[in-house]
Amino acid sequence: MWWYVGKRLLQAIPVVLGATLLIYAMVFLQPGDPILALFGEKPVSESVKAELEAQYNLDQPFIIQWLLFLGGALTGDFGLSFSGQPVADLIGRAFPVTLKLALMALVIEAVLGIIAGFYAGLRRGKIFDSTMLVVSLLVIAVPIFVLGFMLQLVFGVQLQWAPATVGGDASFQRLILPAVVLGLVSFAYVLRLTRTSVVENLGADHVRTARAKGLSETEVNRKHVLRNSLIPVVTFLGADLGTLMAGAIVTEGIFNIPGIGNLAYQAVLRGEGPTVVSVVTIMVLVYVVMSLLVDLLYAALDPRIRYA
Amino acid sequence: MTQPLLQITDLQVAFRAGKQDIPAVRGAGLTVYPGQTVAIVGESGSGKSTTAHAIIDLLPGTGHVTGGSIVFDGRDITHLKRREREAIRGSQIGLVPQDPMSNLNPLVRVGKQIKESLEANGVARGKAADKRVVELLEEAGLPDAASRARQFPHEYSGGMRQRALIAMGLAARPKLLIADEPTSALDVTVQKQILDHLETLTTDLGVAVLLITHDLGLAAERADHLVVMYKGQVVESGPALQILKNPQHPYSQRLISSAPSLASQRLTSQLRAEVRESSVKTAGEIAAEIVAEGELGGEVTDAVVEAKNLTKVFKLPGGAPGRSIDFTAVDDVSFRLRRGTTTAIVGESGSGKSTVARMVLDLLEPTSGSVEFDGIDITTLRDKKQQLAFRRRVQPVFQNPYASLDPMYSIYRSIEEPLRTHKIGSDKEREAKIRDLLDKVSLPSAVMRRFPSELSGGQRQRVAIARALALDPEVVILDEAVSALDVLVQAQILTLLNDLQAELGLSYLFITHDLAVVRQIADDVLVMQNGKVVEQATVTEVFDRPREEYTRKLLDAIPGGSIELAS
Amino acid sequence: MPDMTPLPGQTIYVAPTDGTPLEETGTVDTSAPPEGQWKEAWKQLRSNWIFWVSAVLLVIIFIVVLFPGLFTDINPRQAQLSRSLEGPSADHWFGFDRQGYDVFSRVVYGARASVTVGILTMLFVTVVGLLTGAVAGFYGKWVDTAISRVADIFFAIPLILGAIVLLSTLNNVWSNRGYWGGVLAVVLVLAVFGWPQMTRIARGAVLEIKSLEFIDAARAIGATKRSNLWRHVIPNSLAPVIVTATVSLGVYIVAEATLSFLGIGLPPSVVSWGNDIAAAQSQVRSGNNLHVLFFPAGALAITVLSFMLLGDAVRDALDPKAKKS
Repeated sequence: MWWYVGKRLLQAIPVVLGATLLIYAMVFLQPGDPILALFGEKPVSESVKAELEAQYNLDQPFIIQWLLFLGGALTGDFGLSFSGQPVADLIGRAFPVTLKLALMALVIEAVLGIIAGFYAGLRRGKIFDSTMLVVSLLVIAVPIFVLGFMLQLVFGVQLQWAPATVGGDASFQRLILPAVVLGLVSFAYVLRLTRTSVVENLGADHVRTARAKGLSETEVNRKHVLRNSLIPVVTFLGADLGTLMAGAIVTEGIFNIPGIGNLAYQAVLRGEGPTVVSVVTIMVLVYVVMSLLVDLLYAALDPRIRYA
Repeated sequence: MTQPLLQITDLQVAFRAGKQDIPAVRGAGLTVYPGQTVAIVGESGSGKSTTAHAIIDLLPGTGHVTGGSIVFDGRDITHLKRREREAIRGSQIGLVPQDPMSNLNPLVRVGKQIKESLEANGVARGKAADKRVVELLEEAGLPDAASRARQFPHEYSGGMRQRALIAMGLAARPKLLIADEPTSALDVTVQKQILDHLETLTTDLGVAVLLITHDLGLAAERADHLVVMYKGQVVESGPALQILKNPQHPYSQRLISSAPSLASQRLTSQLRAEVRESSVKTAGEIAAEIVAEGELGGEVTDAVVEAKNLTKVFKLPGGAPGRSIDFTAVDDVSFRLRRGTTTAIVGESGSGKSTVARMVLDLLEPTSGSVEFDGIDITTLRDKKQQLAFRRRVQPVFQNPYASLDPMYSIYRSIEEPLRTHKIGSDKEREAKIRDLLDKVSLPSAVMRRFPSELSGGQRQRVAIARALALDPEVVILDEAVSALDVLVQAQILTLLNDLQAELGLSYLFITHDLAVVRQIADDVLVMQNGKVVEQATVTEVFDRPREEYTRKLLDAIPGGSIELAS
Repeated sequence: MPDMTPLPGQTIYVAPTDGTPLEETGTVDTSAPPEGQWKEAWKQLRSNWIFWVSAVLLVIIFIVVLFPGLFTDINPRQAQLSRSLEGPSADHWFGFDRQGYDVFSRVVYGARASVTVGILTMLFVTVVGLLTGAVAGFYGKWVDTAISRVADIFFAIPLILGAIVLLSTLNNVWSNRGYWGGVLAVVLVLAVFGWPQMTRIARGAVLEIKSLEFIDAARAIGATKRSNLWRHVIPNSLAPVIVTATVSLGVYIVAEATLSFLGIGLPPSVVSWGNDIAAAQSQVRSGNNLHVLFFPAGALAITVLSFMLLGDAVRDALDPKAKKS
């Protein structure tokens, strides 16, 4: 098992390197003067330009720049933002907010999605099932920013049940509404996945055997159908944490949440290359770690899977 | 006089498809007395399993009882409320299902699954139940029951799983046990052990058994009373031996004459000799012709294929990266396939027989050893033209009639593919050839435009044979080619293969797990076990004077083999 | 063997032969026309009302995309400031937005950009994903490792985040790109980060098909690896790829709208649902003027829904598991 973890981590190295190189190239490998490009229309003084060039190693060849960035990143040094703050500090402040938001969204989508999907699967073809399928399709079809905006309008502005925006105070209560918005799309996927999985398991031979043993319908559903159906759902949820954190960019924009998505978005708009690259690097790491965890989780849930 | 335990009268079961009911069981009736073993015999689609599942109301999908009655222990159980139904399952009627691989929940420890049965039927709870689980597993013949109970299903072999399922079915001591093809997914030797054990156990406990099987020999050997089903109806029922010796209904007659385990030995060996004589003669002429043309080189010997010390080692991933475990699938196998004859390779799963077939086909490279075709080592054929020439002369037919034809190709295209690949003939000539081939395998030319999904398993296998014959090969490798077919279809295909051999002088390498069918088609036999050849002899020697313990075990395991038929 | 006198109910019974005539096992039903896999799938599809609902909707949407002039003669770029934010009326069904644009006209003309982005991205992703996935799965070994690792790299970068970064770079190097340039840029960016998903699906399907016996049979005939790949493996792996492609089309339309909402997708000059929804946000702040948001968002949702429903119907028709029952 530890061999497997080690092997997977080794395999992750080229992925992380490749992804950062890719993003680094997208941001910095542009024709023309990168500094001028970064500043766009704004005038830049020679001294600032020289200073920036030295700071971001722009006087070095591209690959060296990237290697230097990587070297820094390994020691937790992501360089400075244009406002002079260490990027690491910015990320350090924004990351927990997004993580909190994403985890809340994950819990909401998991609980609601599994319950709704389970009952929809058991009552396949009945009213509840059809309603849930329509709801899930609608949630996927309407863009999240429209949904978010509508919920903000209804619950935040009109009914005033929850604060319309979050701002600097990323407390649990203020994050509930955004977390619901963030979790909505995934809720639809969890629902559909659970439903499919339940329907499949209901037809499984071992479920029939469990019935033949004399177990009651409730026991069969709880001990055999639900449990076996949860495996694909749990692995989906694991992988979804990364997607939620990256997808938070829209939700954070609507509710003005000082999270990592907002940070990245502002940095892209301002052309702050180092911040952008750093945030994406962090997200890639989250993805890589989560997919490893999902695989291990899978092995923990399903005794048939043994990694070697 | 005892009362019947189970009495089914005029049972009708249908599956709902859209707005209409499609009948699956049409007026079936049978009676089981306490402690008795009754067998329902039939091919796939006969309604035998559906009848069994209707008894405990576990019909799959849209199946439902539309008429008739099921009386169990003096009580009509045809239409019960959910709770009443659950009360009967397990404690009154137990089930041993068909496929041991899919019938245990893979995520739950085996012991726990048996314990559930005890608890659901109020037999025992908690610690007492745990203790009982171990006793039940021991009773089912599982060694090391205490530690085995804590294991998961995937840590069990197929036979062990079936034992666990038997323990589960008998856990609450039901009065009736429905055994639905309990061993058809297992190797023959394991099959016999498990059936023997089940028989002893149910006799000791006085449990009645309703045995569902496709194997007439097995049914006759194990049951007192036989019910033959065909197309949802009971066509004949009565005392097992009586039906076997004197079948009345034409379907039962056909079934009995087709069952390989029951087929008369003297008759088959005589027929076989005639086939061989004609085939060897034709094959010799063809070979002489080919050598005269000098296409492949080599010379006519009496062995068309000769395998020398074939060995295949697979590298399996080991416990650590970079390390691997060597698994020897085929270990030093040598044999000669005489021109115009059939050599059978017999073995249970994991014996390496199919790996040998793949190496002879040059689909897999041997680790060491060689396959010689007309005296030429096929691994030396690196020249493209020579390779194609080799492919023309050796063709395969595989086991699974559902996977061996491309579902997107029409029958015409499937058979045409080899001709096209070898650029043989014009479009017109190819069509004529395909018509001829379909005629050879006794299929109407109307199937040409059909697709595999529209044909039955036996018809697909005929198409696969036609495709294999398209290139006029000398050798056909039949890899479990009749194993997935129903008995009647199996018998038809075997007859077809014999006819083709006699007519075309083909040489067959016949790979099978079923020793019973070997007598009908083979001349020489190789018995394989764990990658090694344990016995190599002619068919008559193997059947009449087996030298090895393992061969004897295989022979003993043929269901119904011991029953003497007066024909 | 117990004594041979049969118990009641177990006497010998032989069914009358005419009740169950024996059937020849070799007969072929020639009454119906032959059916290939696709034809059978089409038959399934035809009997599914969901398919018809989505098909009708999609046909209407495609007509709107190709001939917007059929539905309105108002120019979507013609501002009537005097009628700014006017609500829906008999003449102007969807009302006006803040600039005084006719919302109905904007919705009609906006369809083209959204649907084009969706379709082109889907085509790119499907072709690249299918080819890479099929080659990786079929040839295995180092080819598989190489393709899979590269796909992993692109997959590890979140779609929207990566798209924003790449688009902002494109904005710098290719700023004046006009209508089709703008559409193409979004397509390229979505395709760059979208293909690995299809690669994985295609690879999985190919691995499954590759192990079937008819592939071995074709090899034994002497067919080359390449002809095997093209003639047998790829055609048989298409089903899951087609299903994913149909469903993902909707996802890409939403992604385009999201990028436009973030102000980085299509240039503002392009009339598109995403741009109009983004612009609508600031006009609906207080809860009034909902029509400005409702109609473009509704049009987008209906389009995406149609593709999703089509995908569901196609899945039901092609899924071998569904077929068995």
